[in-house]
Amino acid sequence: MLHVENLTVAIGDTPILKGLDLDVGAGEVHAIMGPNGSGKSTFAHALAGRDGYEIGGTITLDGVDLLEMEPEARAAAGIFIGFQYPVEIPGVNNMYFLRTALNSVRRTRGEDEIGARDFLQVAQEAMDLVEMKKDFLYRSVNAGFSGGEKKRNEILQMAVMQPKLAVLDETDSGLDIDALRVVAAGVNALRGPDRSMIVITHYQRLLEYIKPDFVHVMVDGKIVESGDHTLALHLEDHGYAGFVNHDLDDAPLSGATA
Amino acid sequence: MSETMRGIEELTDASYEYGFSTDLDTDVAPPGLTEETVRLIASKKDEPEWLLEWRLKAFAAWQEMEEPDWAKLQIAPIDYQSISYWAAPRQKPVLDSMDDVDPEIRDMFDKLGIPLHEQKMLSNVAVDAIVDSVSVTTTFKATLAEAGVIFCSFSEAVQDHPELVREHLGSVVPIRDNFFAALNSAVFSDGSFCYIPKGVRCPMELSTYFRINSMNTGQFERTLIVAEDDAHVSYLEGCTAPQRDENQLHAAVVELVAKDRAEIKYSTVQNWYPGDENGVGGIYNFVTKRGRAHTDAKISWTQVETGSAITWKYPSVILQGDRSIGEFYSVALTSKHQQADTGTKMIHIGADTTSSIISKGISAAKGQNTYRGLVKMMRSAENARNYTQCDSLLLGKECGAHTVPYIEVKNPTAQVEHEASTSTVGEDQLYYCRQRGMNEEDAMAMIVNGFCREVFDELPMEFAVEAQRLLSVSLEGSVG
Repeated sequence: MLHVENLTVAIGDTPILKGLDLDVGAGEVHAIMGPNGSGKSTFAHALAGRDGYEIGGTITLDGVDLLEMEPEARAAAGIFIGFQYPVEIPGVNNMYFLRTALNSVRRTRGEDEIGARDFLQVAQEAMDLVEMKKDFLYRSVNAGFSGGEKKRNEILQMAVMQPKLAVLDETDSGLDIDALRVVAAGVNALRGPDRSMIVITHYQRLLEYIKPDFVHVMVDGKIVESGDHTLALHLEDHGYAGFVNHDLDDAPLSGATA
Repeated sequence: MSETMRGIEELTDASYEYGFSTDLDTDVAPPGLTEETVRLIASKKDEPEWLLEWRLKAFAAWQEMEEPDWAKLQIAPIDYQSISYWAAPRQKPVLDSMDDVDPEIRDMFDKLGIPLHEQKMLSNVAVDAIVDSVSVTTTFKATLAEAGVIFCSFSEAVQDHPELVREHLGSVVPIRDNFFAALNSAVFSDGSFCYIPKGVRCPMELSTYFRINSMNTGQFERTLIVAEDDAHVSYLEGCTAPQRDENQLHAAVVELVAKDRAEIKYSTVQNWYPGDENGVGGIYNFVTKRGRAHTDAKISWTQVETGSAITWKYPSVILQGDRSIGEFYSVALTSKHQQADTGTKMIHIGADTTSSIISKGISAAKGQNTYRGLVKMMRSAENARNYTQCDSLLLGKECGAHTVPYIEVKNPTAQVEHEASTSTVGEDQLYYCRQRGMNEEDAMAMIVNGFCREVFDELPMEFAVEAQRLLSVSLEGSVG
């Protein structure tokens, strides 16, 4: 479904991704692990179409070239990013934001827009999934949310958008164990034969809750090792040292954060 | 320049949809301003002697005054002798019913989205329609009369309720208040007059729609609203003008009187022609608005300022009575080469008076936006309180936002709080919205509307919807 071949990304003169290959099949869950600055988040944003990247190589989704598409067109094609640092939009309530988002992709796909009442139903189901109270819908998008609330809000958005490919960028960072469990349960409920996921994380902890089909290790802009979930356990015990062949302090950091 | 920044420039390059002009048969005075001009206006309007004298006094005062230069505005010199001070659409003299309104004027207002036929009007709003200098019609007069509410053009009020006009005219904004107020006092042409008797809650929203149509004319309206004890009224004004290459002068005065326990809510959506993307043309908008709040009274100003090449405007409240309340909610958008220097003055005289100021300035393209506000706590203002919040949003790299608060406190028990922030529409916010499927234009409109939320929440429903739309239109352009 997702095919990435020899992907290179540079920000200005700094190369971040240096020839990344990855194939994700329908319904598969892939975990990408790696040290800080290895390019994990940059990969997520390259998939989403963020401005300011010099890109080489190929990214296709179901055979369609994503690199030629604007971020909103990629969203309509089914790409969803769970942000590591969800953005605050003061004064715009969550419900309005979600409905505008959903209707924007529906419009682009030539589908009918969904009315306010029907949407409330959709939102309610999504809310139950991540155990959120109703007042959550009427608060401004992410403004004044705790770290855990922001991450849950990302999963809520994923549940509403029903993407083909969800990329969760360090969704586990900043979560306590209870919030982690809720978020993981939400993610697991959204797994299905038509939905693929890429889970980016530092820690094996999240992967105890979300069992990946494949685990990849990314170091210095490339995938250096792939395996099943036992690879994550190996990393937990031994760290990334075995995969790193140069001093980590020299690794570019700018691409690592959203 | 990044792609997003370029996007913002395109988005803010708005087209002005009210830029058409209507071919009306208009009675226009020759340009120039002398004592004769003032006499001509008074005689055209068949005004009583006391009003003519009042005008002449104002004219004499104006001649001795100088244009204020303290605002952060760059204005080409205004030649006051090249402007015509009187323009009125020629139409049938009698206007007893809406059917008598000149069909061309009716069409013009239909085109502006303001049907003057009462049966066509959807909302519970009475409208006074003013073209150039003259009120052309007022709707729902009969319904209002039943409640004892007087809502008519200023000219009619001078004829039919001279004692009310004489008592209050100039009582809040005196003749010599400032250069533009003096000019207005000398040559004002028409405007709206509202009178809400004791204990009456006005049964509908009152609204005035101002339209400049003629070329080379100044527009000088005078609005007076008097709410007697325990009266309530909500008043709305909207403004548009045709697209022309010359700058046109607009100098209005609005006076509000809220007697004991009365409440006046005054909302403005100002969308005069802003000039083109090269800064050619546009309205020069110099407006003096002030209200006097008596004991336990409340005056609330809400303004959405998206138009005009120059905006110079400080809707103010004199908190005279104990426990009176003053509020100012403002959204000012400057794009293209627009300049706005706007804010408020809250003058606390009474004890336990409270005022709040929420100002949202948005600057795009080469727009310059200044918040200028005065909070003054007089010696008598025991336990008075003020809260001020000024937020500026910058869209682009060539625009500017400035905040100039003046605070004068003469009573040690008074409390003044001031908060200010400046932010840019984050590329990260736009990217986040676009990742969720929204196009750049929708995302920008949503973020900017969100920034203005607190102010829009103060507007009556229909106006809030209009204001949001206007903001989106002002921000959109060639994209989409």
